Amino acid sequence: MTEIVVISRLVPDLVEELEIAPSGKALDLAWLRLIINEFDNHAIEQAVILKEKIGANVTVISLEAEGVEDMLFTTAAKGADRLIKLTGLDEEAKPTNQSLAQSLADLIKEINPDLILTGVQAHDDLTGDLGPQIAEFLDLPYVGYISGVSVDGPLAKTFKEYPGGLLAEMEITLPAVLGIQASEQPPRYVAISKVRQMMSTASIEELAIGDLDVEGGFTIDRMYLPEAAEKAEMLEGSEEEVAAQLTSILQDLGLL
Amino acid sequence: MDVSVSSPQKNFTYDFNQSLFDIPDGENIQACLQCASCSGVCPFGFAMDFPPGRMIAWMRAGILDEMLQSDSLWMCVSCYACTEICPKEIPVTQALMTRAKEEALLAGNVPTELQSALEFSQQYSNPLGESSRKRAAWTEELDFEVPIARKEKRPYEYLWFVGDYPSYHPRVKQVSQVVAQIFHVLGFDFCILGPDEHSDGDSQRLAGERGLFEMLAEKNAKMLSRCDFKEIVTTDPHAYNALKNEYPQLGFEYPVRHYTEVLLENLDKLTPLLKETDSLRVTYHDPCYLGRVNKIYDAPRQLIQAIPGLELVEMAHNRTTSLCCGGGGGGMWLDGFRWEKAESRLSEWRVREAVAVEADILAVACPYEPPRFEDATKNIPGAENILVKDIAELIFDAMNK
Repeated sequence: MTEIVVISRLVPDLVEELEIAPSGKALDLAWLRLIINEFDNHAIEQAVILKEKIGANVTVISLEAEGVEDMLFTTAAKGADRLIKLTGLDEEAKPTNQSLAQSLADLIKEINPDLILTGVQAHDDLTGDLGPQIAEFLDLPYVGYISGVSVDGPLAKTFKEYPGGLLAEMEITLPAVLGIQASEQPPRYVAISKVRQMMSTASIEELAIGDLDVEGGFTIDRMYLPEAAEKAEMLEGSEEEVAAQLTSILQDLGLL
Repeated sequence: MDVSVSSPQKNFTYDFNQSLFDIPDGENIQACLQCASCSGVCPFGFAMDFPPGRMIAWMRAGILDEMLQSDSLWMCVSCYACTEICPKEIPVTQALMTRAKEEALLAGNVPTELQSALEFSQQYSNPLGESSRKRAAWTEELDFEVPIARKEKRPYEYLWFVGDYPSYHPRVKQVSQVVAQIFHVLGFDFCILGPDEHSDGDSQRLAGERGLFEMLAEKNAKMLSRCDFKEIVTTDPHAYNALKNEYPQLGFEYPVRHYTEVLLENLDKLTPLLKETDSLRVTYHDPCYLGRVNKIYDAPRQLIQAIPGLELVEMAHNRTTSLCCGGGGGGMWLDGFRWEKAESRLSEWRVREAVAVEADILAVACPYEPPRFEDATKNIPGAENILVKDIAELIFDAMNK
């Protein structure tokens, strides 16, 4: 049976205002509310759709955080078979994607999946290199910005989105890592009663994340809200006067 | 619809039919005469493949599974018009329609529009997707403090269950601010739950999400158990209905009244404060969950009549036959879906009736209504000058004339 692993992350919920921690280098966790990364939610949906179509065993892996159990049980109610929570993270220091990918790669190797899906990015990680890094550590192909996957034996056919409304159809030999932009159908709703049922029947495996390699990657020097720099200069007067001023400014800048 | 008739057997339809008997008076469904009054009176019956009467007929034929795939259920506004008219006293809304929505939701047939309201209710305890921490932010513009029960711990006369739309919706927040000022002027000893308040969950329940309703009810009950109050007062008929009729079934019982009842009780204090207003024709829209479901028809009318200068006129549909505003049963979160199916809005139908009686003001007493009817007045010829006002706003205007 096809084995699918989904990496799912919790991210700060932007419905709440974000506060900077006293260290000035991170968000204040006390004020944070966490929700599932939307792209990861699509990755889960895509995995469940594949399971319904071709039959698959879906494992969802996430990191320990407030609300992660609820999130994992919800994915179980949608159809995930195995739930894994990685524990032992240093709460203060968010792991870099590189160190996380290395640690996840070791775990994924044991599961030996055909497909590894994760959100193409997260709103606290626009670089989106978690998928590519996992692929690198596992020596597997990676394709990102995927909005639809079908599996046929050892091959996966994927739709990759490009800027400007272009869509590419790509064939990949499995196993492979895919960065999901959107599932082929919007993530489904599961009734709370089903989630509650999972809470009493499904179980979450807790695995220690092990020692993270803190070398490499980047470090945050300072985190801050956007600061106002110089204010804009307002041009005043009639249309002709404004146009004349604008022309002269553009000339001074050497643009005309 | 091409379907073959099979003999009733132990299948979905059978189990579904049996489950209705667990609901009070649910067994009355066996006495259905197929008079079709329910389908006829249903404001969206014309747009349904399965209006309630037909659902019962198909259920008797043992072929109800198709219903789960149809859109009919999501046209139901849970307005109780069918329940009110049924000669055999079948709890059509509470049993048949709500149970059917629950089954559809469990089977994953949920319109996308509704899905986000349900997800928000789960995540933020309100269907609008607003921060639960800011639930009391509407009080900040008042020039007095509204005590939050947990912060100022002491016994209170009233605990005001504010509700979702009254806490967050920009138009309905204005009504909440007015109600707070009336309570303040009348010297009421009241508090709110503030950030500890969760959605009452009634509309989510009527949209088929019973598990979510129970979760929200448990959260509210936990918060209410920490507060000392004599009774709950609410401006929201849906919250009123949940607290009065549904929470007790889960073991959470509180005395609760709608604010119109409480204000009417204080009419002797209120009357001297009301000044002569302009001579205006007011028509009153009975909210489904205040009127038909909970039989409160007179208190709102008596309050309107207590305001000097206002003349109360009745629309064609009033009291037990009142028309739904379209917001019930999840309707607040299905506007696009229902427009697509029916190409008509119940709020506009209602506003046409207000135009017909030449009303200056359409008075309401439910938080779903000001935004729905105000939007409708913009679309209906002749309604341009109709003002939509909550009864509390009419009272407040008369106090400050």
